[in-house]
Amino acid sequence: MEEKTPVVEMRSIRKEFLDVVANKDIDFKLYPGEVCALLGENGAGKTTLMNILFGYYANDGGEIFIRGEKVELSSPKDAILKGIGMIHQHFTLVPSQTVLENIIIGAESEKGFFLDLNRARERVLELEDRFGLKVDPDAKVWTLSVGEQQRVEILKALYREVDILIMDEPTAVLAPKEVEDLFSTLKSLVASGKSIVFISHKLHEVIEISDRIVVLRNGEVVAERKTKDTNTKELANLMVGREVLERLKKKKAKVGEPVLRVEGLTVLNDKGLEAVKGISLTVHEREVVGIAGVSGNGQTELVEAIFGIRDYVSGTISVRERSLKMGKPAERVEVGIGRIPEDRIETGLLMDLTIKENLILENHTSPEFSRNGLLNHARINDFSDRLIREFSIKASGRETITKSLSGGNLQKVILARELSGKPGVIIASQPTRGLDVGAMEYIHNKILEEKDRGAAVLLISEDLDEIFDLSDRIIVMYEGRLMGEASAESASREKIGLWMSGVAK
Amino acid sequence: MISFRIVKRAPLPNWAKVVIPIIAILVTLILSAIPILIARGNLWKSYYYLFYGALGTRFNLLETFVKASPLTFTGLAVAFAFRAKFWNIGAEGQLLAGAIVATWIGISFNGFSPFVLIPIILIAGFIAGGIWASIPALLKTKLRADDVVTTLLLNYVMIHFMGTLLFGPLQQPGSSWPRSPEIVEAAKYPILLARSRFHLGIPLALLAVIAVWFINKKTVLGYQTKAVGVNIRAAHFGGINTTSVIVKTALISGGLAGLAGVGEVCGIQYHLLMDLSPGYGYSGIVIAMLGNLHPVGVFFAALFFSVIIVGAQSMSRMTGVPTYIAEVIQGLALIVMLIAILFTEFKIKVVRK
Repeated sequence: MEEKTPVVEMRSIRKEFLDVVANKDIDFKLYPGEVCALLGENGAGKTTLMNILFGYYANDGGEIFIRGEKVELSSPKDAILKGIGMIHQHFTLVPSQTVLENIIIGAESEKGFFLDLNRARERVLELEDRFGLKVDPDAKVWTLSVGEQQRVEILKALYREVDILIMDEPTAVLAPKEVEDLFSTLKSLVASGKSIVFISHKLHEVIEISDRIVVLRNGEVVAERKTKDTNTKELANLMVGREVLERLKKKKAKVGEPVLRVEGLTVLNDKGLEAVKGISLTVHEREVVGIAGVSGNGQTELVEAIFGIRDYVSGTISVRERSLKMGKPAERVEVGIGRIPEDRIETGLLMDLTIKENLILENHTSPEFSRNGLLNHARINDFSDRLIREFSIKASGRETITKSLSGGNLQKVILARELSGKPGVIIASQPTRGLDVGAMEYIHNKILEEKDRGAAVLLISEDLDEIFDLSDRIIVMYEGRLMGEASAESASREKIGLWMSGVAK
Repeated sequence: MISFRIVKRAPLPNWAKVVIPIIAILVTLILSAIPILIARGNLWKSYYYLFYGALGTRFNLLETFVKASPLTFTGLAVAFAFRAKFWNIGAEGQLLAGAIVATWIGISFNGFSPFVLIPIILIAGFIAGGIWASIPALLKTKLRADDVVTTLLLNYVMIHFMGTLLFGPLQQPGSSWPRSPEIVEAAKYPILLARSRFHLGIPLALLAVIAVWFINKKTVLGYQTKAVGVNIRAAHFGGINTTSVIVKTALISGGLAGLAGVGEVCGIQYHLLMDLSPGYGYSGIVIAMLGNLHPVGVFFAALFFSVIIVGAQSMSRMTGVPTYIAEVIQGLALIVMLIAILFTEFKIKVVRK
């Protein structure tokens, strides 16, 4: 393949943010008719590099050649004109418009003032047919599943006749079946001569779909392999830069009394639609219950209701027989629920304040830290120093502004705060999303330690590996309902995968 | 090709928070040369009399402190509210609320010792301003009414309410002017330095600076105010009663503005009049920004403003530049400071292609 001339060549690309170098003189080539995977941990610089190729960011150094010709890409429009399309993790569709309208937005100008919708529909249907992208062109986008919306994004790019397609973590939001469909689409695209950059940090996917793998770490290319000459173990080591440790084995423990009980809970989402439809579940002492599911199936609303930050229509939530009120987060702290929210930055942390001020968020009114409305700074300082040490939070000290920490350390601050009171219940929502392998390992170990201590843990995650590694019992959520439940030993990935796509048996 | 781009910068060290307002003030003074030249003033003479008029003689220096007192109170009021992102643009109305109550007590409570009466007036003026500010706070928390709009509009409600009183029940008998009777002697702030108007309100303003600093640094409320200000969602998640925090913040903020009004009635005018405040409440907004919302910063910003206001009068007498220059300089200070704040978060980067 190397004999062909590359369709994209990026030479010594450099990009700096703040004082972080996101791309350190990266060389990257893409050949026609291949899937090249860009593999790396979060923050390795994969998306930044591709955003530069898509004209979204301006590079601070380096040159880009498309089909051998040097180009200046100052906007995505330039990139599209050069035949480059990019599907971001967050879609850029207009929810109130139809699929067809979304596809032709901005691309219709060639035919003058009037839209030729019929011709456009024909072309879209032809593309759908050719690449196996089934979606109704006249459906409104908001009615589509995430997988279908992704297909619309791909169609949008193909309609603009791109032959270089960048896909940024395309499987993050998909159910296993949808991933299969996506992969067969990608294969047919490549067969027709198009080139694909596949950004991911999931090893088995990269092995499955790509022809060539470029591994990035800390903004640099650390390795390049032909997929047939490598394996997941080697890739993992390259990606992390050290030997990946064996995962901690969960101990089989006898579960205790029921602690957290949710009964008949119905919760609305922000649009006022039922996101959680009468869910009941129980978590016992010394037990991890994992809720698997593709995101957007009501997990967020369920968790927010239990956290006390979202009201619900009906149902009860109780901890050790004590029923909890709606909209009272303070009561959750009081009964001892450790809450790890999926949105660390918006919900979990006061990013502009110090680590210390974040650590005392939930207990600053306890007699230990304040009396008669006055804070006891000496005790607060001791407490903060102790937690920073215990949870090995990497920071210059308790007065460090939280937003200067890395993702893993942000999560450790939350963990330290939530676990310091030895809670009887822990609810961890996507606790390792976006974290690197080291931080992930740390958090997994902590969760299992807490379970061994006796806590009842409810884990909500899209990451099936995480669910299988930590859970004693696995529940699958689909469209606001529980699709099925299985013990960790009896559950197979296939069965869980089917449940996640809404197939009952 | 060279182009410029605005990019985020790393957080600045703490000393920058002190240096930046000082630079902003210097830049403001330099930029003030433009309107002075337009008004055909002699530049060096104008600057000389601006500072000489504010600081050059004992009386002028003390006058500068007299002006700084209400400005410190309103600056603290706004700064305290802004820390919780309660956008209190209504310090002017809250100031008047405090002044009205002070006047009412001052003319109707006879036969008290000043040691009793003045504390009563201070407490009542504080509560009046506080309650007036808590209305928009409740509207914000219960009905999600925009606080910028409600606090601003309530200023006009209070101004017209004061007008109603001054043409009605509070009007001096036999007078046709909108002016109240004089308050009793016991209600007047003592003058602390002879041959000046240096009254009790000035040390009280300093006390307020210390009190606000103490609340911010040492109390649960100060912590909660800050938490609500930086991220109300996370504060709520953490169990803080955000409604209660915002209302308490408003009570204290409005109370501080109310004390500015008390000072003007009991320390300067001894009457309630329509033009009691030349916009101290609005200047408070600029002062709070210039002072970086820090109480000590607010005090120095208030001092800077009173130098400009007092100095502009003597500059006007000596050079013929109109006293309105003081307002132009205040406006410039706000713009310069807002730009300076922008540059604390962003920087301009030169890109060569």
